[in-house]
Amino acid sequence: MSRNTPKKAARRSQTGTDQLQWIYTQMVRIREFEEAVKRTFIEHPGVIRGHSHLGDGAEASIVGALSTRHDTDIVMPSYRCHGYPIVLGTPLRKMMAEVLGRKDGLCRGFGGSMHLADPSRYFPGTSGIIGQSIAHATGAALTAQVKHSGQIVYCFFGDGASKQGAFFESLNMAAVWKLPIVYVLENNQYQAYTHFSLEDANAVAGDPLSKKAEAFSIPGASVDGTDPVAVGKVVAKAADRARAGKGPSLVETKFYRLSAHGNVITVPPLPTQFPEHEAVAVYGNRREFEHWKAKDPVRRFRARLLKNRVLTEASAKRIEAAARAEVEDAVQFALASPLPAPEEALQYVYA
Amino acid sequence: MAREMMYGDAIAAAIIEEMQRDPNIIFYGQNMAMTERDPMLRKFGKERVRIAPISETAEIGIGIGAAMTGLRPIVELWMSEFMLVAFDQVINEAPRLRYMSGGQVSVPVVLKAGYGFCAGWAGQHSNCIYHTMMGIPGLKVVVPSTPADAKGLMAAAIRDDNPVVYLHPYMLTLDKGEVPDGEYVVPIGVADIKRAGTDVTIVAVGWMVKKALAAAERLAAENISAEVVDPRTLAPLDVTTIVNSVKKTGRVVLVDQAPRQSSAAAVIAGEIAEHAVGDLHALKMVTALDTSIPYSEPLENFVVPNEDKIVEAVKSVLTQEVIAV
Ligand SMILES: Cc1ncc(C[n+]2csc(CCOP(=O)(O)OP(=O)(O)O)c2C)c(N)n1
Ligand SMILES: [Mg+2]
Repeated sequence: MSRNTPKKAARRSQTGTDQLQWIYTQMVRIREFEEAVKRTFIEHPGVIRGHSHLGDGAEASIVGALSTRHDTDIVMPSYRCHGYPIVLGTPLRKMMAEVLGRKDGLCRGFGGSMHLADPSRYFPGTSGIIGQSIAHATGAALTAQVKHSGQIVYCFFGDGASKQGAFFESLNMAAVWKLPIVYVLENNQYQAYTHFSLEDANAVAGDPLSKKAEAFSIPGASVDGTDPVAVGKVVAKAADRARAGKGPSLVETKFYRLSAHGNVITVPPLPTQFPEHEAVAVYGNRREFEHWKAKDPVRRFRARLLKNRVLTEASAKRIEAAARAEVEDAVQFALASPLPAPEEALQYVYA
Repeated sequence: MAREMMYGDAIAAAIIEEMQRDPNIIFYGQNMAMTERDPMLRKFGKERVRIAPISETAEIGIGIGAAMTGLRPIVELWMSEFMLVAFDQVINEAPRLRYMSGGQVSVPVVLKAGYGFCAGWAGQHSNCIYHTMMGIPGLKVVVPSTPADAKGLMAAAIRDDNPVVYLHPYMLTLDKGEVPDGEYVVPIGVADIKRAGTDVTIVAVGWMVKKALAAAERLAAENISAEVVDPRTLAPLDVTTIVNSVKKTGRVVLVDQAPRQSSAAAVIAGEIAEHAVGDLHALKMVTALDTSIPYSEPLENFVVPNEDKIVEAVKSVLTQEVIAV
């Protein structure tokens, strides 16, 4: 079974063997979960409704960033939210049950894939409206500041979201108020079907997206988002700054989304499996896709850990088998879980 | 001549035909015209067809500014809720500028968005928010329910000198219907009787028109003759057509995909109450329940109106005793 977020002390060394094994384990758990979601579309058509979005390709960015997290720090991802609670230790059974809209789901079937929430594990929720949760995360940092809780906030959002007013407004306020928050701009190179070079002013000028930090006079950095250790190092600096009360930083992690934006959008009951990646389906650029697939962060990190003898083939396989079993158990649990009773829909409208 | 067309294609046909007619029309939005192969881009060029980032405030605000200064922009917003990010622009800018300028300025912008995608998209992508725009003088709101109306109302929206929110029910995107070829304009502010009947009036909006027609068909098998009225435009509302139908039947069911509280149905009910009071025997609203749209299927089905609920409501208004006063 998985190990949840280790205690502060155990995680101080960013490059210790335990830490690296923990990082790999979490990356594999995320990947297995996302593959299982994708498979479920084929093996059990219609069971997952609406629009699901996967984090395969983002594992190094997610786990690398969260490897610097202390036990009570708050995590606020975007709607592409499966990976983060996996690292926080949310039971995969409950997550998968939510993706399948079941009664035992994390949000009792009310939220689905886009709206996971596990406040008991410092994950208050997500927004499906792009960019808006950047403001919510900034508000969580305000709580931490006002309550002197010592927490910081990890705010994850996409390259596309960095074009929203909420992004600019929030970063400005966070800088003025010196809020304890790390903004992680996950540049997976696509905003749905649009390549980021078609819509980002920095990209058009040939600059990294972290250049936006300059507008708020806060530190900005760009890092290889396929390398969890590199991500961890850069995010650690930003986290230290936040913990020291010096305010926000912006970190661009650059990687590549390995699946299509989401499952096919169509009117039911037409099938909604995952289509080909946009690089191929929209831009006819298979070379780009293959190039980045070859840089698959999970496989690359595995090879590196084997080479550095942090893992052996056998220990890597054990981690992978355990993750696979954990995810398979989650799928079976979710499929067996009942759907909510219709009248339950009337609950939770007001507190 | 008419041709069978899908609802989504009928909208596109209107946009293309209007853009061919008027070089001042531009069209932009997120995730469109991404490559040189895009058919709209090839037809009209990069100047008039553009891709926009996820920046609704600027997308809509730029549309308004361009409209004030001589262009006729169509902004593709995909889902009506994305407009909420820029609600100032939609509600407090576009419809107010003409009035505040004493009639000097006009804002011919079309805000195109799908709505009410009840397909498991959960709390932020499947709602009906047209009620928030219906009470804004200066703003027109159209909700076509057939491919023909989709084409005709898009043409009308583009030609209109006012800001028009063009809302298309996502659930109808693939539905087919006869669509007139060439120039076809459905006037804004005119309701349509989609099925004539004598026993009961069903007023339905958008996707609900399809449900109401299916319910009417079922009721016909039980010798109940239902008239289905489609307002087509929610602002300004064609009260006359609705009231005339109610005066004829005396009984009305109002079907609206939006939650009951301040729904289009509730607004229409008010008009009927004032204008058909002497002829009205019974009225019932079939709306969504007052919740956000939940993810899981049984929850979503419970909340949203359907054929069964319409049939049941019709039977209930037909059996309701007329209370003599
Ligand atoms: C305000 C708003 N506009 C448009 C959308 C439609 N939409 C959903 S996901 C998405 C792309 C988001 O891209 P990015 O921020 O890069 O995140 P990624 O999907 O790559 O993780 C868009 C445009 C939305 N959900 N909200
Ligand atoms: Mg992206």
